[in-house]
Amino acid sequence: MIRFILARLVKAVVILLAILVLNFTLIHMAPGDPAAVMAGEAGATDEQFLEDLRRRFGLDQPFLVQLWIYVKGAIQLDLGYSYRRGMPVAELLWDRLPATLLLTGTAFFISIILGVIAGVAAAARQGRWGDTIISTLALLFYATPLFWIALMSVLLFSVVLGWLPGFGYETVGANYTGIERVIDIGRHLILPATTLGLFFTAVYMRMTRASMLEVSRLDFVKTARAKGLKPRVIQRRHILRNALLPVITLAGLQAGQIVGGAVLTETVFAWPGIGRLMFEAINQRDYNVLLGVFFVSAAMVLLFNLITDIIYVLVDPRIRITQ
Amino acid sequence: MSLLQIKDLAIALPKGADRPHAVEQIDFDLAPGEILCIVGESGSGKSMSANAVMGLLPEGVRPVKGEIVFDGTDILGQTEDQMRAVRGRDIGMIFQEPLSALNPLMRVGAQIAEVFEAHGLLSPGERQKRALELLREVQLPDPEKAIRAYPFQLSGGQRQRVMIAMALALEPRILIADEPTTALDVTTQAQILKLIEDLRQKRGMAVIFITHDFGVVADIADRVIVMEKGLIVEQGSVDDVLLRSKHPYTQKLVRAIPGIVAGEKHDFSEAPVILKVDGLTKVFTTGGGFFSKPRVVRALDDVSFDLYTGETIGIVGESGSGKSTCGRALVRLLEPDSGTVEMAGVDMAKLRGADLRANRRKIQMIFQDPFSSLNPRARVGRILSEGQIAYGTPRREALARARELLSLVGLDASAVDRFPHEFSGGQRQRIGIARALALDPDIIIADEAVSALDVSIQAQVLDLLADLKERLNLSMLFITHDLRVAAQVCDRIMVMQHGKVVEIGPADRVLMAPEHPYTRSLLDAVPGKEYEEALKKVVGQ
Repeated sequence: MIRFILARLVKAVVILLAILVLNFTLIHMAPGDPAAVMAGEAGATDEQFLEDLRRRFGLDQPFLVQLWIYVKGAIQLDLGYSYRRGMPVAELLWDRLPATLLLTGTAFFISIILGVIAGVAAAARQGRWGDTIISTLALLFYATPLFWIALMSVLLFSVVLGWLPGFGYETVGANYTGIERVIDIGRHLILPATTLGLFFTAVYMRMTRASMLEVSRLDFVKTARAKGLKPRVIQRRHILRNALLPVITLAGLQAGQIVGGAVLTETVFAWPGIGRLMFEAINQRDYNVLLGVFFVSAAMVLLFNLITDIIYVLVDPRIRITQ
Repeated sequence: MSLLQIKDLAIALPKGADRPHAVEQIDFDLAPGEILCIVGESGSGKSMSANAVMGLLPEGVRPVKGEIVFDGTDILGQTEDQMRAVRGRDIGMIFQEPLSALNPLMRVGAQIAEVFEAHGLLSPGERQKRALELLREVQLPDPEKAIRAYPFQLSGGQRQRVMIAMALALEPRILIADEPTTALDVTTQAQILKLIEDLRQKRGMAVIFITHDFGVVADIADRVIVMEKGLIVEQGSVDDVLLRSKHPYTQKLVRAIPGIVAGEKHDFSEAPVILKVDGLTKVFTTGGGFFSKPRVVRALDDVSFDLYTGETIGIVGESGSGKSTCGRALVRLLEPDSGTVEMAGVDMAKLRGADLRANRRKIQMIFQDPFSSLNPRARVGRILSEGQIAYGTPRREALARARELLSLVGLDASAVDRFPHEFSGGQRQRIGIARALALDPDIIIADEAVSALDVSIQAQVLDLLADLKERLNLSMLFITHDLRVAAQVCDRIMVMQHGKVVEIGPADRVLMAPEHPYTRSLLDAVPGKEYEEALKKVVGQ
């Protein structure tokens, strides 16, 4: 097992390097010159000033040299410097990461727990009104665009009802500390996390329901009934455990988006996370920041793929590690 | 005094089924310690009646008439809670496919212990101890290790032993066995039958044994019930039913079973060799790579034989013997590692690209499962013509040929416009044969081509194959695990074990005077041999 993990980590590093090179190359092919954008914002159009800017940021160097410098830095976790924000990219990402992880992590757990519970409940009531209600709701959340739900929930819960704050990470200027701060952040978290989680809740619900119904028709469920087991035990021990396997695959996919998947939600709710950082970096042609975001997202995808595979091995004895 | 009485039972099928009742007018008794066999072909309702006893009918199917009296009470009148107390404790059940009947994610020991838990018996520690004793009783090798194993780590026979251990945990008075040996190899089947027989004697347990195999019936039954289309057509002692059957349906079934020696044999060794296989080897390597040692299976180990024009060679062996791999390697569905397959002077094993395509049509395959081997979304016309079209025949001609082929295999030409699901298993297998013939091959490889069919259908398909072989001058490789079928259709028989050919020779010689101990053990395991002798005597008189 440890060998397997090590081997996978080695592979992950290689893939990450390849991604790094690819991203850097792609960004370079994109139109738009950061120096020109900066000069434009500063109100200067002087050719000499542009040249100076390019030289200062190393943009006048040949492409391969720039790539080499970037990769060399990245290996030492130096992702460059954001001149727009006046701080190293790694530090910037590190500042923003907790907010994003809090948001996406909460959304992840909300969706998986609610989704599985709803799916089990719907499967147990197959074809009856309980199933119809759950399935219809799921379909609704599945089909409604995320930004619309986000905007409507802000409108309802914060503007009309005034129950919850509609944007931000915490109340600015309140200077809460300790438990008060936790509660404050928690209140800010509810709307964005629920909004972000709804879509996946619906996906998990549909998946769990279908999977439960499929497994309940398998032979070993009949064996369990022939033993005289109670329906509740059969459902939990025999059906649910087997039905969760495809849900885990899906959860792995969702977990991979834990860093990069919240751009929309973070933008709508003014959540100071990586997603919003990326959105702003695109607008400002802040390529170093953008590359940094890509890098962290890619690393997370690889990490969660590995975790999913490990969980798979733990829950399904039939899956043996083959390297 | 009988243990179980079924009186005038009728079970209704959901609306829209091909008949209103799954079974009707079912009347039988089961005495303590008796083995009662229920035989019939697929769709005869034999499993339905047994499932009704357990109260485990599929959704939408329910008993509408009659009673099932167990221990003085009518089971049909019991509530679900009351039935739950009966299941597992008074009546145990085992199923056909032991792999799918066990929960893949639970250890074997836990699954057995669960039976005690379901009925609130014993402490967790005692349950494990009992589970171990049970595994020992069903003669599982190394029970201490097996109790911690997952089902996928056991062989088919071992899994069925686990199922039996589970069914016997609470010493039920009745064991219902639904085709428990159908998915097993002959030698394993013989062991499981013996185990059931031993346990029956030791515990005085009654057994309802559902099967389609008359050989198995002959070996273990005390009494037999024959079912056809939901009705009991005949019941009585095993000798009465098998040797002195009165009902024409029973007689038909009994006659349809191929004998272990039958059929005309020819010696083709004077004819030209059409397929020369030399040193064919295929090694499967699973796992391995970075750190671990790979697992190596020699699926084909230096297999050599000649097939003469017009001859049928039977390749027999148990699962894992390499017989199917052999067939697949010959048509290049699998790449052999080494060896040559010479057909009309061309080495099939080394052909590439266009040459391979041009030669492939001369050797065609018929598969085991008539359900999964036909594309469910394609009409029969397309199934039969697409091969020809791929070789350049114009569509119109190919379709005309498809109609001819259908009448050749005994189906109506109008079948071209229908989908595979509109046909029965036997009819589908005819379509599979027609597909193989569409490209005018010289050699047919039939991989377990009749194994999934009921005996009476099996006999028809075998007759068809024999007839076609004669008319079209085909040579055939007939891959089967069933020695009776091999005896009937093959001129020579090749026995395989662990990827090696252990014996090859004329069918009569191999079956009557086997040289290799493995061949002998295969023959010994075939059920119903004594009965076959007896039947011969009766028919002879």
